[in-house]
Amino acid sequence: MSTVGKFKRTLLDFGLTRIIIIFTLLILLSLASFYDMNIPRFLSDILTRWGTFGILILAMVPGIQSGIGPNFGITVGITSGLLGAVLSLELRFRGFFDAFIVEPYHYFVTVTEPLGAIMEARVYTEAGRWITPVVTFVEGHWMRRVVGRAVQEGYDFIVPEGYRYILQEGYRFLIPDGYEHIMHEGYNFILQPFEVQFPSAPMFNLVGLATIFMALIMGILFSTVAGILYGMLLNRVKGSEMAISAYVGFSVVALFNIVWFTLPVSSGILILPARGSGMRQMINLQDDFGDVFNRIFQFDIPLAGSNLTIPTGLLLVLFLLCWVVWLFTRSRLGMMMSAAGSNPEYAKASGINVNKMRIIGTMLSTVLGAVGIIVYASSFGFIQLYNAPLMMGFATVAAVLIGGATVRRARVSDALIGALLFHSMLAIALPLANRMLPGVAALPEIFRVIITNGIILFALSRAKGA
Amino acid sequence: MADKIMQYKISILLVVVSLIFFALGFATASTMSRLLWHMILLAGLVAGLAAALTGPESTKDFVRRNKVVILFAAITVFAFLNANTSPELFFSELFTRFGRNTFIVLSLLIPVVAGLGLNFGIVIGAMSAQVAIFLAIVFGGVGFWGLMLAVIIATPLAMLLGYSVGRLFNGMKGSEMIGGMIAGIFYDGFYQFLFLWVFGGLIPLAMLFPNTAPRMMVGDGGVGVVSTIDLGQTPNYFRQAFDNVPMLSILQVMFFAMLAFVVIGIIINLAKKQDFKQGLLKPMVVLAVLAVGFGLSFIPDINTFLNQPRLAGIYALRLVFIVTVLMVVYRYVMARREGKPFNIPKHVFYLVLATAVLAFTLPADYSLVLRRVQIAVLPYMMVGGLCFGITWFLKTKLGQNMRTVGHNRAVATAAGINVNRTRIIAMMMSTVLASWGQIIFMQNIGLMTTYGGHQQVGFYAIAALLVGGATVSKASVKHAILGVFLFHAMFILAPPASIQLTGSAGIGEYSRVIAGNAVIALALIMHVWTRVKKTKKDKAKPPEAPPAAASEPAAEPAS
Repeated sequence: MSTVGKFKRTLLDFGLTRIIIIFTLLILLSLASFYDMNIPRFLSDILTRWGTFGILILAMVPGIQSGIGPNFGITVGITSGLLGAVLSLELRFRGFFDAFIVEPYHYFVTVTEPLGAIMEARVYTEAGRWITPVVTFVEGHWMRRVVGRAVQEGYDFIVPEGYRYILQEGYRFLIPDGYEHIMHEGYNFILQPFEVQFPSAPMFNLVGLATIFMALIMGILFSTVAGILYGMLLNRVKGSEMAISAYVGFSVVALFNIVWFTLPVSSGILILPARGSGMRQMINLQDDFGDVFNRIFQFDIPLAGSNLTIPTGLLLVLFLLCWVVWLFTRSRLGMMMSAAGSNPEYAKASGINVNKMRIIGTMLSTVLGAVGIIVYASSFGFIQLYNAPLMMGFATVAAVLIGGATVRRARVSDALIGALLFHSMLAIALPLANRMLPGVAALPEIFRVIITNGIILFALSRAKGA
Repeated sequence: MADKIMQYKISILLVVVSLIFFALGFATASTMSRLLWHMILLAGLVAGLAAALTGPESTKDFVRRNKVVILFAAITVFAFLNANTSPELFFSELFTRFGRNTFIVLSLLIPVVAGLGLNFGIVIGAMSAQVAIFLAIVFGGVGFWGLMLAVIIATPLAMLLGYSVGRLFNGMKGSEMIGGMIAGIFYDGFYQFLFLWVFGGLIPLAMLFPNTAPRMMVGDGGVGVVSTIDLGQTPNYFRQAFDNVPMLSILQVMFFAMLAFVVIGIIINLAKKQDFKQGLLKPMVVLAVLAVGFGLSFIPDINTFLNQPRLAGIYALRLVFIVTVLMVVYRYVMARREGKPFNIPKHVFYLVLATAVLAFTLPADYSLVLRRVQIAVLPYMMVGGLCFGITWFLKTKLGQNMRTVGHNRAVATAAGINVNRTRIIAMMMSTVLASWGQIIFMQNIGLMTTYGGHQQVGFYAIAALLVGGATVSKASVKHAILGVFLFHAMFILAPPASIQLTGSAGIGEYSRVIAGNAVIALALIMHVWTRVKKTKKDKAKPPEAPPAAASEPAAEPAS
């Protein structure tokens, strides 16, 4: 074979999509440095995104290996994970973890005013954990500037100048002199224009970790059941899994819209404040398991006048899961599964139960989807409910295809490389697009849509051509 | 004999149950609930008649084949019972929705016939329609002719895009549906880019067209198009420009077009020295009918009546009755003349149905409601024309080729049909029809949501078609019409029913989206399921059925 031919072969072995994306990345990076943008910031972003999306993309691998193709219905797993996360938050609110973890009793109260007429009061622990349900107030003129403070009885507290405290329901409330009547009008909280300083978040947020582990346990439980059922369904529709999984995913998301809307939760961070029941679109995890993994052994490297942040814990979680999946693919069961996926007829002839293998692959994919979304929510800082997961399957499929997978073959490394390449591209391209064409805020999103779906289309057309 | 008794038992049971419901209907006061009981009576009678005519086996088969329709009819009836809306509002809304949505749903039929499955790519047709509407406004189009300009711009654009999607689909045979879904989103990216940045950014539209463009750009002439464009706003008057065309104008145009057709035909025949009458008998008859109508339109009362753009529901139903009777008579006469067999039960069934529809116009409160329901004539005629057009097209050589390709690509290739070309033509036709449908939709709504107006088009159209009983490999005009009625009835009724049942509209709104998604997922699953079963059966007894001819082309070669 000639040198040119060899070179060509090496290139093709490396994967055409990968090459294209790497070139795009290089161009983007040079453009970014040309525009004098903050490169360390990009790198931190890339690392965080890698950990945030990595597991969701890894979830594609067992699916493709077992022969169901790119799992557009990863939303089944995602929904299970979200359900687990939400229930875990609710359990925590009901005091489930209080039996295991003792927190310092030091409560701060803030009364915020999100939309004018409706106000909410929150009680925080010292660690910054929010524990009260939403309390709504009727608007009053004096409630406009609102930050208050309450301390549980029995703890030392120094009363500042110009304030007195009143005992009510076990809390001592600080009241400015001359505002005592407020307590008798039925309001629990007092205005006081000072900032509440929360202590900085600890490296090991125990409550957060307990909550996320509970979420993971429940998410895995739900997704195992859902994954088995989903796998049984996919066994009956061999040959058209992609379109069906996409629409099963859509249906599940639509169905769970009602679940989110009606689930009788009572935790303040979950409920829609305006309606008093039903869940929010975005659940802020800042005071819960937001960032729990990122914070573990997180450190900054000063670089080029800025900081490169390494989210060690998050990346460790990703690598750990990749290792586990890799071990599984190396196990007897994993080998059988990929045999069933790559050549079902042959596998059947050698005594492998192809349908069972496909169910195992689907289930694993679904479970990884559930784990992935919980880790994603934690790192992103928000749980997004309702229609947010609708198109997540498409981006995940695109990422794994970039990594060098095809609709018939995928390795763990494809998922890792794909996650890194895809999200590097987004992390650089999105701010860059904003910089180059200012004033078009939606441009990065458009860019993402075109790339994601273009890659899937490319892979689909190649799959048939090959 | 036992079969015969069984057969009549079913019929009698259905009729008795319907009569009980009918009696119950008199006990209730409101028009809405009485209407429901009457509809159940009608459905029972029709079902009883059908069962009596066809026998128990086919009744069971009918239920099995139409389970989706029956399920949705049941859901709609349930919502109907619980929604506290006025019948006028409901029917006005339903007929308006039918007028504006059916065209797009019909655009799905040709790809199904050609074996491309449900064309999720019609979103692309809708996009070209919206680009065309925007450009038509920029070019200063006004009213009906402005909208026609949009049609003229949309057509080549949709053809081009349809061609590209067709090429794409030829590269991924068997995965067209997921491919169409993704292609829709992919093209949407470019569409968004076009409207957000190219218009106003790359092409300084506000400078090139200072009279028309600036009001549609962000910040009066900036970069990018505003998110909603009011089509009713001066000076465009696109809103309901098709809906508001008077019947008289339609009649006149049809009359003169037919006249021109006949005259040109006569001239050609004379020039070729052929028989004067050859091939012109049918057009002459149509011309004569139109001429009578045209002549009658000069009578003042009829003239005022025809000058309206909309037809009250009551007249429309009477028209349906008359047309059905005429059609049955025509078919009978033609069958007798040509000596072909005439399917009596089927046509009796049609007549009974038409009579029952006419009976609905009789009670005073119903006729009051029906008078208030206004039907936009031109869109309905377009829908009707398309129904006949598709039926006609599928009988032509190209249409037959499409059927063959849809049934089995290998056989089609063996028969010398260019499979890829046929598939591309099917995609182009579907995309063009979808773009026209979107223009009809937009002019009725009167408000163009620039960035989101097209995204859900595929979902709603496909859900409606499937609710009507279509499958991935089989869809007809009947499915489309029934589906649009059922799906949109549910769409209108779900939120008010939800308010009555749960106190908030949320669950109803979510549940109709679930219903749409679930019906698509189910249809896809059922389709593959039956195909897999069939393939297994074929494999089990290969000598009797050669697998290539009996099963549809397998989607994935490996499985």
